Amino acid sequence: MTNPPIIETHGLTKRFTVKRQEVAAVTDLSISVQPGELVAFLGPNGAGKSTSLRMLTTLIPPTAGDARVVGHDIRTEAAEVRARIGYVGQLTSGSFAQRVGDELLSQGAFYGMRRADAVRRADELVESLGLTAIRSRSVQQLSGGQKRRLDIALGLMHAPPLLFLDEPSTGLDPQSRANLWEHILRLREEHGTTVFVTTHYLEEADRYAERVLVMDQGRVIADDTAPALKSTLAGDVLTFGFGSADEASAALAVLARVTGREATLDESGRATTTVPDGDALLPVVIRALDDAGLAVRTATGVPPTLDDVFLALTGRSLREADRTADAGTGDDAEHTEPAAEAATNLQEASR
Amino acid sequence: MTATEPRTNAPVRANVLRDTRNVFVRELRPVVRDPFTLIFSLVQPLVFLGLFAPLLIGESGAPVGETLQWFVPGVLVMIVLFGTGATGSNLQYEMMTGSHERTLVAPLARSSLLVGRALKEIAPIVVQAILIVLIAWPFGFRIDPLGLAVGLALLAVFGVGLGSLSYSLALATKDREWLFWGVQQTLIFPLLILSGMLLPLESAPGWMRAVATVNPVNWVVQGERALLGGDFASTAVLWGWVSALAVAAVGLWLGIRAMRRSS
Repeated sequence: MTNPPIIETHGLTKRFTVKRQEVAAVTDLSISVQPGELVAFLGPNGAGKSTSLRMLTTLIPPTAGDARVVGHDIRTEAAEVRARIGYVGQLTSGSFAQRVGDELLSQGAFYGMRRADAVRRADELVESLGLTAIRSRSVQQLSGGQKRRLDIALGLMHAPPLLFLDEPSTGLDPQSRANLWEHILRLREEHGTTVFVTTHYLEEADRYAERVLVMDQGRVIADDTAPALKSTLAGDVLTFGFGSADEASAALAVLARVTGREATLDESGRATTTVPDGDALLPVVIRALDDAGLAVRTATGVPPTLDDVFLALTGRSLREADRTADAGTGDDAEHTEPAAEAATNLQEASR
Repeated sequence: MTATEPRTNAPVRANVLRDTRNVFVRELRPVVRDPFTLIFSLVQPLVFLGLFAPLLIGESGAPVGETLQWFVPGVLVMIVLFGTGATGSNLQYEMMTGSHERTLVAPLARSSLLVGRALKEIAPIVVQAILIVLIAWPFGFRIDPLGLAVGLALLAVFGVGLGSLSYSLALATKDREWLFWGVQQTLIFPLLILSGMLLPLESAPGWMRAVATVNPVNWVVQGERALLGGDFASTAVLWGWVSALAVAAVGLWLGIRAMRRSS
């Protein structure tokens, strides 16, 4: 890969002052993203995902560190960065008082497109995102899924080489969510757009992202493809059932010898162990157990999820982390990182 | 690459005028799409015209035309005070629903985001003011065309300033709507009463008249009265313009500053 990275950050840090106390929202973010990558920031609410995105999109200045986005410095060349990125925030991009078609044309004008080009581009996007029938409706009248598709259209109006999406599928039903991802993936295929997305949905990161940055408490704690994260940090869980408790106990030693991993009995008295590359090991282990005279009655191999990865990294599951983040702030799940947002408000009000 | 893709390596040149025009056009679109919203917001000034003016007439015993000549300019300023003074709530709503954030990520000059919005306020002010004048006309209100034109310009300048102040308040109060409305309502009624818009201040106690002399709305109302009466030589015209321009300067300065800090 000889291309210069499309995103490059060094020690990017954001601290807010809340009630005279410094809160670190993002600490020492150092990443490099190549053109064309599809990267997901995965982490619980309050992990610092949105704050990172808001720094990269020039919405808020970093406390320390620096970043270049599409070849320009986010601090000193904000206008250059803004002209070259698309951004789909957590909330609704279209003004509720505006009509769908009008917002698209305004957006085109904002990015310096000639009117004829903007009209043509709006036609394309309206068509491909299924907004044709609601083009002359006001944003206020749209359903949640329609609003989100308009957000995407607005983010793509100027065909940016880099698109940021902050929790694009939060609040959508599963069908709209799948539909949304279809659009994002197609866009990427057609235009080679680099896509940088935040999510707290495991399945989403697992299924769509090529590269997952796991974020917790303001830091990136893992950075790899989803399969690599799972095999290095979590592994497949192999479980074997036997006719008697004695056999199960005896199997533990065989499992440990063959896999090189510790084996234990689970709550139903079955022998279980966690291994990388479970698919290949499963038949090997069964043969070894047979050779040892232990008759395997049941055998399962369960691949890990990214939640197992998060658990292995932080000692708590993503869902637990989400719950504590929400309970701590009393906010709903719609607004991720409410603490950071509240912090921004406080900080700016106190200026 | 399709024809619609931008030349991503071309340098970005800040163009405040173009940006301001684009923001202005966007803000104007809902008004053009739905001009009846302007008519609906005329209800309040019409209520004052229809229910308050008769009281003034009964009180003073002066002819209807003469009373309207005094009262209508105040009603026009009232349109600005209540309509434009509340316009920040539109921005506040967009801050809360998300579209303001989108415009902040777009390559637009921050000053344009404020000025474009403020300039849009001129449209409803001018349309509504003309409608009120036309409604008052058959009842004996005299229209001096040149005076009306200059009077509308005065209202426009004052409106741009007041609108900017309203936007500043929205940017400062962020998602706290109660704070926006609390401050707005706390200010608007004293400004209204101490402007001599509804009732003359001549018989007011001394301290009220003293406060009224530093109320720019008072000077704008007096200037508007002189202009609509065709009395261009009056010093009230001069002070009206000085006040309106001062409000515009302070409003735009505060507003642009607040917009630059917005995230």
